[in-house]
Amino acid sequence: MSKTLTIARREISAYFNSPMAYIVVGAFLLISGYLYFSTVFLAGTASLRSFFSLTPLLLVIFAPAVAMRLVSEELRSGTLELLTTMPVRDEEVIAGKFLAGLSVVASGLLMTLAYPLSIATVGDLDWGPVIGGYLGLLLCAAALIGIGIMASTWSRNQITAFILALMIGLVLWLFDKVTFFVPASLGRVLEYLSIDFHFRNIARGVIDTRDLLYYFSLLLISLFLAVLALRRRHA
Amino acid sequence: MDSAMIEVRELVKDYGRTRALRGIDFSVPRGQIVGFLGPNGAGKTTTMKIITGYLEATSGQALVRGLPVEEHPLETRAHIGYLPENAPLYEDMMVQEFLDFVADIRQIPAAQRRQRFRLMTEVCGIGDVLSKNIGELSKGFRQRVGLAHAMIHDPEILILDEPTSGLDPNQIAEIRKLIRELGREKTLILSTHILPEVQATCDRVIIISDGKLVADDTVQGLMTGDGARIQVLVAPRGESPLEMEKVVESLQKPDSVRSVSVVGEKEDGLAVDVLSDAAVDARRDIFEAAIAADLALLEMQRQSVSLEETFRRLTMEDGGEHV
Ligand SMILES: Nc1ncnc2c1ncn2[C@@H]1O[C@H](COP(=O)(O)OP(=O)(O)OP(=O)(O)O)[C@@H](O)[C@H]1O
Ligand SMILES: [Mg+2]
Repeated sequence: MSKTLTIARREISAYFNSPMAYIVVGAFLLISGYLYFSTVFLAGTASLRSFFSLTPLLLVIFAPAVAMRLVSEELRSGTLELLTTMPVRDEEVIAGKFLAGLSVVASGLLMTLAYPLSIATVGDLDWGPVIGGYLGLLLCAAALIGIGIMASTWSRNQITAFILALMIGLVLWLFDKVTFFVPASLGRVLEYLSIDFHFRNIARGVIDTRDLLYYFSLLLISLFLAVLALRRRHA
Repeated sequence: MDSAMIEVRELVKDYGRTRALRGIDFSVPRGQIVGFLGPNGAGKTTTMKIITGYLEATSGQALVRGLPVEEHPLETRAHIGYLPENAPLYEDMMVQEFLDFVADIRQIPAAQRRQRFRLMTEVCGIGDVLSKNIGELSKGFRQRVGLAHAMIHDPEILILDEPTSGLDPNQIAEIRKLIRELGREKTLILSTHILPEVQATCDRVIIISDGKLVADDTVQGLMTGDGARIQVLVAPRGESPLEMEKVVESLQKPDSVRSVSVVGEKEDGLAVDVLSDAAVDARRDIFEAAIAADLALLEMQRQSVSLEETFRRLTMEDGGEHV
């Protein structure tokens, strides 16, 4: 088994050995469930619209909460020294931790599949946008976990790491909400930088390489900066 | 061919504005056990972290089996087993889980695992705690798990930062025995504050103080290089009471005696320490000198200077400013 997967497996079992993962995923399900069922019962229509429109914001909050411990905790307890003096690359360490963080968030998303499935049992469901929506959420989650890990390499304090990642995520999420107040040319730029804008594109069911490129660049840049920060810890 | 397993050259390390290492040089051949001594903050841990590749030197180089650590991090780490100071461990894992994890990262072939695990369980005495959470272990057991982690891949080089700290006397004795056994084929550097440990286990002692190397010698060399001490108890032979100056003066006469100092007055006489050159036995000369000065020699005992004294002299010399 590759070292990356070994590290990912260790991190995943660390998540499920502590109450933190259950609390974070549980809270995520609670709120996303509320978003879904409130439209079902209040508006009387079975629709995923409000679920998909607000879940990216939930991820902006919950992904950093999942990612915050990944490196900070090793810095605090000193185990990073134990890990990185074994023959393992910094890239493998970060990649393994990323896979673990993404698995936890993805397992939360997986459970929300209950909502579209419940709709499908009572009526007709257009699966196109649902698949697009989930693909978009997964991409959002990946990028946000990347940002969370990057912030986690910056501090031995998990809370500090969480707040930093939350702030970065919120700014990225807000970009396309403020285009109204700025000149159109700047508005286009902000839109392109916005996490939510690209999500809406994908959730429409149209897969455009520009949207994919956005999430992949965001992820790669964060992971690259995370590796860099790890390396600087040695200097 | 370079036969040194570990070599450091002009190692300098700055932490921000603090200079922790000010040019350290030494090399360790295969099969040697080196005791790494120095007062708190001397730079022992820093040197070890550079050799294991956790920290980069500000200038200078560390080589493991002839390879510079910075350019060949993976190859050099594969040959090293490292126990960091205070044995940081994944507290959320069980001991067995943790060792499995280490074996996976170290890519120990499946065929050898069983035997390596059995050996580690035995020599580190962790058989009873394999299914315990590391977070719940006592300090000594954590230390043992850390040792198992360092040795599980049967490395050629072991770097142990205060390996016996927190262990009980039985375990200390066992670890020392283990270190001596390992030292037959492996290369070891171990830091410690327990000087008898060095005497018991090490072939060679490196003492650093304030980031500089102040001694690099065998244990024997360090203890005798400084001369031998002879404890003497003298009393007057006649009625007249002892005069301290006279005693000191007369015992100082022989050529083999370097210095004489009065330790204190006892009920039955005067206790005096006589320092002599290491190479000669000054006891005869002292005996003759005492007779000549009309002194009764009640007791005389020759001792080599303890490692502790040498350590104190070497590390407190230049002001010994410690943090
Ligand atoms: N992370 C760090 N940041 C800043 N200074 C440091 C750091 N680590 C060590 N130092 C400083 O470097 C010097 C050497 O420290 P080091 O830990 O190597 O000493 P040591 O010989 O291992 O001491 P001890 O016997 O207490 O373990 C000390 O002055 C210490 O304060
Ligand atoms: Mg130390």
